[in-house]
Amino acid sequence: MQFAILVNEAPYQHQASDSAYHFAKAALEMGHSVPRVFFYMDGVHNANRLQEPQQDDRNIVRRWSQLAEEHDVDLVVCVAAALRRGIKDEILAPGFRISGLGQLVEVGIQADRLVTFGD
Amino acid sequence: MFVNRKAPHGTIYALEALEVVLISAAFDQDVSLAFLDDGVLQLRQGQNANAIEMKNFAPTYRALEGYDIEKLYVERESLEERGMSSDDLVVPVEVVDRNRMSELMQGQDVIMSF
Repeated sequence: MQFAILVNEAPYQHQASDSAYHFAKAALEMGHSVPRVFFYMDGVHNANRLQEPQQDDRNIVRRWSQLAEEHDVDLVVCVAAALRRGIKDEILAPGFRISGLGQLVEVGIQADRLVTFGD
Repeated sequence: MFVNRKAPHGTIYALEALEVVLISAAFDQDVSLAFLDDGVLQLRQGQNANAIEMKNFAPTYRALEGYDIEKLYVERESLEERGMSSDDLVVPVEVVDRNRMSELMQGQDVIMSF
């Protein structure tokens, strides 16, 4: 089954990013596909490579980048939400790209399920 | 279906949800909007957000008709819990009870909840 994922919350403040990551990872391990994760609202902060969590904590941004590299997951950040919050190309972590909300609607139509993580 | 559950101001959920709704109009889909919980306040008429220096975007819901988005469902229980009726809203909507809302959701291919 194809799972598209929507993340609407920033990392660390809220569990949504963690839950979305674990969901994506579990789905991939079970043989499903995750063609795209779309980051919207404060979720765009997941793409900021300048984040440096403490050594003994999980690195949420790097985890997404690794997921994208290992499983060819398209990590898309909404341009309008990103610009509003200072997320720009020059601070994007590997695997992320900035594009429009059309990418969210498109994958919602294409995938078998769209799963939202947010408040 | 787009599910709106948050008050119009205080957080950005309602405004950014509306932006997705407008984009979705370009994809030729059968789009509907559901308003429940504090989300019913998004449609409240007579809003004035000047004092908090926010834009009152409630009139935008009136423009949805121009994008062929005409299915707006409001949950009756959420309205009543807030002392409101359909007369308090900026647009004509279909008021449905909680069970009917559940049925409507069951019938959707995709639900985005904000």
